[in-house]
Amino acid sequence: MAGSRIKLELSRVVQGKSRLGVLKGLGRTGQHSLEVPGCLLYTHFGTVPHLTQDTLHTLSNLSSVTQVTLAEHQEVLEEFKDGFKKFAGLHDTVLYCSLHDPAAPCPPGYTTNKTVSVWGSGGRIELTVAKFMALQKTVRPDWYQSMADGETWQSNTSRKRVRKSVDRTLAHLDECLLVHQNSQELQGVEVFGVVEGGDILEERVRSARETAKRPVAGFCLDGLQTGSMDQALRTQLIAAMTKELPEDKPRLLQGVGRPDEVLACAEAGVDLFESFFPFQVTERGCALCFNFDISPDPERAGRAPPAGVVNTGETQPNGDVTLDDQTQMTSFEINLKDKRYQDDFRPLVGGCGCYCCQNHQRAYLHHLLVTNELLAGVLLMIHNTAHYNGFFSALREAIANDKLDLLKRRVLGERGGQTERKE
Amino acid sequence: MQPSIFSCLASYVHYNMAAIVECGADSNTAENHMSLKKALSVASPLSLRIIAECSVTKARACDLILPHSAVSTPVFMPVGTQGTLKGITVDQLEGLGCQICLGNTYHLGMRPGPDLIEKANGLHGFMNWKRNLLTDSGGFQMVSLVELSEVTEEGVKFKSPYDGKEILLSPEKSISIQNSLGSDIMMQLDDVVSSTVTGPRVEEAMHRSIRWLDRCVAANKNPHKQNLFAIIQGGLNADLRKACLDEMTRRDVPGFAIGGLSGGEEKDDFWRMVTLSTDHLPREKPRYLMGVGYAVDLVVCVALGCDMFDCVFPTRTARFGSALVPWGSLQVKHKQYAKDFQPIDPDCQCPTCKRHSRAYLHALFKSDTAAMHHITIHNIAYQLNLMRSVRQSIVEGRFPEFIRTFMKRMFSSRDQYPSWAVDALASVNVTLE
Ligand SMILES: [Zn+2]
Ligand SMILES: [Zn+2]
Ligand SMILES: [Zn+2]
Repeated sequence: MAGSRIKLELSRVVQGKSRLGVLKGLGRTGQHSLEVPGCLLYTHFGTVPHLTQDTLHTLSNLSSVTQVTLAEHQEVLEEFKDGFKKFAGLHDTVLYCSLHDPAAPCPPGYTTNKTVSVWGSGGRIELTVAKFMALQKTVRPDWYQSMADGETWQSNTSRKRVRKSVDRTLAHLDECLLVHQNSQELQGVEVFGVVEGGDILEERVRSARETAKRPVAGFCLDGLQTGSMDQALRTQLIAAMTKELPEDKPRLLQGVGRPDEVLACAEAGVDLFESFFPFQVTERGCALCFNFDISPDPERAGRAPPAGVVNTGETQPNGDVTLDDQTQMTSFEINLKDKRYQDDFRPLVGGCGCYCCQNHQRAYLHHLLVTNELLAGVLLMIHNTAHYNGFFSALREAIANDKLDLLKRRVLGERGGQTERKE
Repeated sequence: MQPSIFSCLASYVHYNMAAIVECGADSNTAENHMSLKKALSVASPLSLRIIAECSVTKARACDLILPHSAVSTPVFMPVGTQGTLKGITVDQLEGLGCQICLGNTYHLGMRPGPDLIEKANGLHGFMNWKRNLLTDSGGFQMVSLVELSEVTEEGVKFKSPYDGKEILLSPEKSISIQNSLGSDIMMQLDDVVSSTVTGPRVEEAMHRSIRWLDRCVAANKNPHKQNLFAIIQGGLNADLRKACLDEMTRRDVPGFAIGGLSGGEEKDDFWRMVTLSTDHLPREKPRYLMGVGYAVDLVVCVALGCDMFDCVFPTRTARFGSALVPWGSLQVKHKQYAKDFQPIDPDCQCPTCKRHSRAYLHALFKSDTAAMHHITIHNIAYQLNLMRSVRQSIVEGRFPEFIRTFMKRMFSSRDQYPSWAVDALASVNVTLE
């Protein structure tokens, strides 16, 4: 793997940690780029949930990187021969293949020294490095994460088990790289190494340091997902790991998507996030509505903020961050099934430019949800994706203009501050 | 004319032929102008311009001008029961060329209710659909969906499945809801009897439907912007149908529907009732055959003289992975397509077929509901394209040829042709070889 083509050009680093930049040289011919901090496009088998190409492309500023998780369907891809992108009709995107679907449950207890298990629609699939690499050869992504043992996220995981996961993951990486270097099919494809270490600082440091020695194009930070630990510990571990990682390679955090956690993790030095969060919000019939407006434009500031809702009891904060079930509503969204929206003729978020907000009202979304109509998922997915992308642009703008504190106040809600009256 | 030039000029030719038909110096056309004038004089918000009539069958191609836009007939109208079309956005529907779709009064009257929809500027505003809408009366759903319904002279009485309250759907109430929905075409409340029922109940229902038509006409608050169609009843009894036709065509309503069919009756009875109806319906008014949407039925019933059709089948079947194709249907979820890298229909120009293979859709069905949306889009495109091709062949004077080609493609051999279709087509001078 003589020199990866992916180049991270940093334009700004705040307090030695939060990074602003552009990831360049993505894709087989290197023509794609992605601004960081940024997020990937979350998909089910190459399709953004609920969306067809028509509805997807109502969205502007889509991420140039599409994330897929595919262990099943290897057979058909082998037969197809031309790789997943062509198979799925994805013409102009960078394809990133991850091991697990960040929004799907992954039951523990199925990992061995030589294998990891992933879950598809047909149940469990056990992967050895050989199988895993055969899969990559048929998928032919632009970049993939190396096989990893990430089964350390449960509390009470022993130090011994954590150490084992670090060792196994490094061994998997070495094996993957060996196969990779000898595969004609994978020339020009990039590998991301996976950093493990559970909640043990020394193991995190060891994993990061060892992984950084290998010829990888970037790093996946695993085992830190929402629900596994509180943000203070996560921040501390990320800071410790990133200290060991080279400046010029991207860091992708797995399993974290809540806006408050994204902010804290970006501040600690994370560049890339998965965007499964808008999907989860959509599945519970909710719309993202949190405020991220840091624009100095007094005219805009005077109007209703882009987030139609600023903590007025319209959203329902649900207490402590860490113990939340992933399917539970957060304080960043409104539940459109709620009766109060049945005669609310405003867009989901005033000022939002997405197809849903430009064309439909809360009352209509409420109706679609209570009547179980499929269009609800389509429209919510469009809005939630647009809103989440907008949040990431604001995050980059905040780092560029020293406004991170302002953005944090906006996103976390200025409690007791500006309120919005209903009607 | 060379084929290439012909295809370039298709739309132009199309227009010219219209002029020829309209200006043709036969007495029939002159008469038609007169009656058109008469229809316009009562200022119904609808006009029908006959573009071409098939010289062999009873088929016709018309421009139906409705308050929100023109509709090219023959037309298939997709059904958006609850103010939405099965996961498809209104922009996608418009993009497929849909000019009119349906909403169901029973469902929308229950949820979100007429008052809310009125506040949202009608169903058009509520769902943000800029083209035409047709709403049914709600009666059919009531009788078919609600077990405990009772029909009296007053209306249909039933218990709400949502809160158990007793509700009366009278002709006045149905029109009042449809006035709130603001549809371009409203349907009268009719007394619906299953098409397999015979005896005095059918006659009672026919007479009651006529009385209810008069009550609906009187109740319409928006005759200047909402068209009210009558529904011809009479079951499978030719005399009753004829009596109903005589009575209803005496009323000055803007259009007629043929009702009480496609409810499980024999196809032999079905087509005879359809053709009897079109024989007695006025030429200058649109004819809507309710609940018909299978490709063969559409083609045959256009030949019998119907202009408008609706059916939930193409969108319902899509959700189970059944894609409509010129040779029948294709079950995308079946194993045989798991490694089939062709599009659903290689000749189809819809967004689904232009991008995705059968194999990809097959796999996607296991991962995401977007798979259903892909098939729904394809199926709507199929229905709309079929009707466009039918129309074009009528305009170009080759509809009988179109029918023969269509049947050949749809069935593997001559002996697969349904006998009712062969008979129905023979009745309008089309013989299938
Ligand atoms: Zn969907
Ligand atoms: Zn929006
Ligand atoms: Zn198609």
